[in-house]
Amino acid sequence: MTRDRADVDSLLPLAPAAFHILMALSEEDRHGYAILQDVAARTHGQVKLGPGTLYRSIQRMLEQGLIVEIQERPAPELDDERRRYYRITPLGASAARAEARRLAELVKLARASGFAPRSA
Amino acid sequence: MRLYRALLRFYPASFRAEYGQEMCALFTRRLRRASSAATVLALWLEALTDILPNAARAHADILRQDLRYAARSLARSPGFTLTAIVVASLGIGATTATFSILDQVLIRPLPFPESDRLVKLWQDESFRGYSRMEVSPGNFRDWKRLSKAFEAMAGYTNLSANLVGEGEPERLDGASVNGDLFDVLRAHAARGRIFTAADDRPGAPATVILSHGLWQTRFGGDPTVVGRRVLLNDAPYEIVGVMPANFSFPRRETRLWTTLRFEESAFQDRTDTWMYVIGRLRPGVSLERARAEMRVVAAQLGKAYPKENARISATVVWLRDEVSWQARFLLMALVGAAISVLLIACANLANLLLARALTRRRELAVRAALGAGRDRLVRQLLTESLVLAACGGALGVLLAAAAVPLVARLVPNALPIAETPPVDLRMLLIAAVLTAATGIGFGVVPALKACGDAGGDAIQEGSRGGVGRRTERLRSVLVVTEVMTSVALLICAGLLLRALWRLQGTDPGFRTDGVLTLRTALPIPKYNQSERRWRFYQSVLSEIRAVPGVAGAAYVSFLPMVMRGGIWPVAKAGEPEDNTTDTTASLRYVTPSFFATLGIPLRLGRDVADSDTRDSPYVAVVSESFARRFWPGENPLGRRFRFAMDDRTVVGVVGDVKVRGLERESEPQVYVPSRQVADASIIGYVPKDLVIRSSVAPAALLPTIREIIAKADPQLPVSDVQTLSAVVEADTAPRRVQARVVGAFAAIAFLLAGIGIHGLLAFTVSQRTREIGVRIALGAPSGEILKMVLRRGFRLAAGGVVLGAALAYAAGRAMEALLFGVSPADVATFAAAVSLSLAMATLGSLWPALRAVRIDPIAAIRAE
Repeated sequence: MTRDRADVDSLLPLAPAAFHILMALSEEDRHGYAILQDVAARTHGQVKLGPGTLYRSIQRMLEQGLIVEIQERPAPELDDERRRYYRITPLGASAARAEARRLAELVKLARASGFAPRSA
Repeated sequence: MRLYRALLRFYPASFRAEYGQEMCALFTRRLRRASSAATVLALWLEALTDILPNAARAHADILRQDLRYAARSLARSPGFTLTAIVVASLGIGATTATFSILDQVLIRPLPFPESDRLVKLWQDESFRGYSRMEVSPGNFRDWKRLSKAFEAMAGYTNLSANLVGEGEPERLDGASVNGDLFDVLRAHAARGRIFTAADDRPGAPATVILSHGLWQTRFGGDPTVVGRRVLLNDAPYEIVGVMPANFSFPRRETRLWTTLRFEESAFQDRTDTWMYVIGRLRPGVSLERARAEMRVVAAQLGKAYPKENARISATVVWLRDEVSWQARFLLMALVGAAISVLLIACANLANLLLARALTRRRELAVRAALGAGRDRLVRQLLTESLVLAACGGALGVLLAAAAVPLVARLVPNALPIAETPPVDLRMLLIAAVLTAATGIGFGVVPALKACGDAGGDAIQEGSRGGVGRRTERLRSVLVVTEVMTSVALLICAGLLLRALWRLQGTDPGFRTDGVLTLRTALPIPKYNQSERRWRFYQSVLSEIRAVPGVAGAAYVSFLPMVMRGGIWPVAKAGEPEDNTTDTTASLRYVTPSFFATLGIPLRLGRDVADSDTRDSPYVAVVSESFARRFWPGENPLGRRFRFAMDDRTVVGVVGDVKVRGLERESEPQVYVPSRQVADASIIGYVPKDLVIRSSVAPAALLPTIREIIAKADPQLPVSDVQTLSAVVEADTAPRRVQARVVGAFAAIAFLLAGIGIHGLLAFTVSQRTREIGVRIALGAPSGEILKMVLRRGFRLAAGGVVLGAALAYAAGRAMEALLFGVSPADVATFAAAVSLSLAMATLGSLWPALRAVRIDPIAAIRAE
């Protein structure tokens, strides 16, 4: 457990792109294009990942063990030969949680310093 | 879409293979949804900013991985790593050092603003064999007046001045320059000012500019030095400026500058050529145009002054190119040798890596099976060789920096540049380029080879490690190349060494042992009158001759090989000198017993004598070649000729002296008694070099000599103290340095080639352990096994030797001019190099051969 904790800590802070990808994979396994769409939708078009950033992030996250590529595919009629599907790992989930905690604490500190975000 | 695919090529191949298709699909989808041309454009811009930085990061990731992997893998085999680094550093260090020197001497621009427009001008007297002769003031003035190609032109001459006051009298090398010389060079003073045209005018107050070095050493860097007065050659001069530290002209040793002034009479005699001239071309004017114009100008002057100028043209060369062909050649040969060492080092490294790759087949096969593509493996292996090369390069730069001062004697001092090239960005860049080339050069083939072999079967074959025939052949070719290059280098070094020995064995025409020389330049006008000078010589020489152990002492204008010129036209008695003649001789004024002191044999007649004064008939002692040339087969004694402005009678004939150095043909020599010269005439030739033959060691003798000179004239500095042997040795110094360096390179190459043969055979034997074991088990006698391995070593060596000898012959032909008559096919040299190489091959093969014999057949077969 402590080792996992150390692993997670060593990954922080997450790159913004990686954090977005983890959020996109939190609900279901997705392929690259679906991730892009989900990120865009989630952020109301504020964050637009390019293919280059997406796949480099994916490559690194695979190496770090935050996500895995899955072998099982959806029904053939929905599937596209070229697409690969990714799934978030437990380590990925812990990392995302830790990052969220980190950001929340940061916001708390900012608030204490009088930098309260204006409510919309 | 093709464009997008092209953009993807910025990514590492492995990344592209993995994600390329999906990225393309994604981009296509976006493109399809774009409605307007503006959105399409925006999409492409976005793609560009998306791909380029991410591709760079992907490369960096891989590099990091590979570097980590390389470091681990190299650390696992420290013996291999260390050998590879040392071999690479030798090659890179040798090449960097010699390239830096070459760059310094031949390529780097001179340290003056817009130096690519600076030229040097000479009188072209090719009809008598001199294409670069000094210029007469008359011709200089007319050149300047009639030419249009030059923005400015200025003259100068070397100057030696005795500086008195402010401590010991000191003799300094300087230059007398026209007021606008500094303008031509675009040089500015660090303190005070440079000369102006006003300083040039006859009668203007005498002014001097100091070099930074002189200002520091002699005046302690005193900031108030400008405006002070000093005594130069007994005349007062005002210091008007100090030049910056990095300024030197015309030579490295120039320490002060005074103005060069012409009396109107100086322009009259156009046969008196002694000025050096530089010019700055107008912007846009080519060297060719300047040459063409100067030829026209010279032709005009030839018509105007047919007696002196009829056959004289003008030579214009870049100031940068004022390097003798010999210095150029020595450097080129050196760089060639260094590149050979680098080549051998590369071949050696390639062989080491090939052997290593073969032992790593299993590891590579496993990685390939785990999904690493061939490109990825090649890249990994190349990173490894580049890491090795980089370590070698770093060590090589240190080696080069340490080695450069050792070869600095090859930087000619006639150029206004520093003696050693600085270790700067240029040098580092050279090293970096060499390192990259080396790393790729020795890395690529083994990497491709190893990965080509790393197919699936390597895992099964694994421990048996059969060696592909083609790899074996490739490795043999590399070893043959090494032997070839090392043999060629050995032979070239041998040829250069023989040339040097032959040169050193050349009789200079005098005996060098036991002769001390020094210079006491008599300042003019104090010593304008020849009788006054004679009294000085008399007093000094008679006292020196009385010192115990001294066998002889005399004064002469210049020592041979120190001053090589001093050439005058020879004419028939009673006729004026004709400057268009091609018969010339070198002129020296001497005191009696000069010939005996130097050991120059007197062949006929007598030496000059104290009784040869201006009241007695003018006489001369001539060299044998002079007599042969003008009175072949006749008795030259009593013959008359006109030389150095007077008619003279030959009273003696002496042996010839190599005035111009051991390597060059010298003009015939004429020696004239020092008393037979008009007052204030030909003052440049006033005897100033003192030669003393003695049985006492120079160091023990010198204090007495200094005392005697100080007694005769306490303000006279003593300079240029050296033995005559040192003078002759200095003549061959660049050659000695070159021979030594090429010799060192050849030794390194020889060693590397030996290691190469040894490495290949040792590896082959270890790879064939089983086969050899079977042979032994089947009853092959050990002599047979020994012969088998040795034969292979010899075959490699023989191939290399034959090719190397051919290469050496070609190289020898190319540098025949440096060989001083030694044949490029010199049998002794070739024989020595070949037998050395064969001995090396035997030694290199012996250990692997003995190991093969000692193979235990049972153990070898059981190991299966």
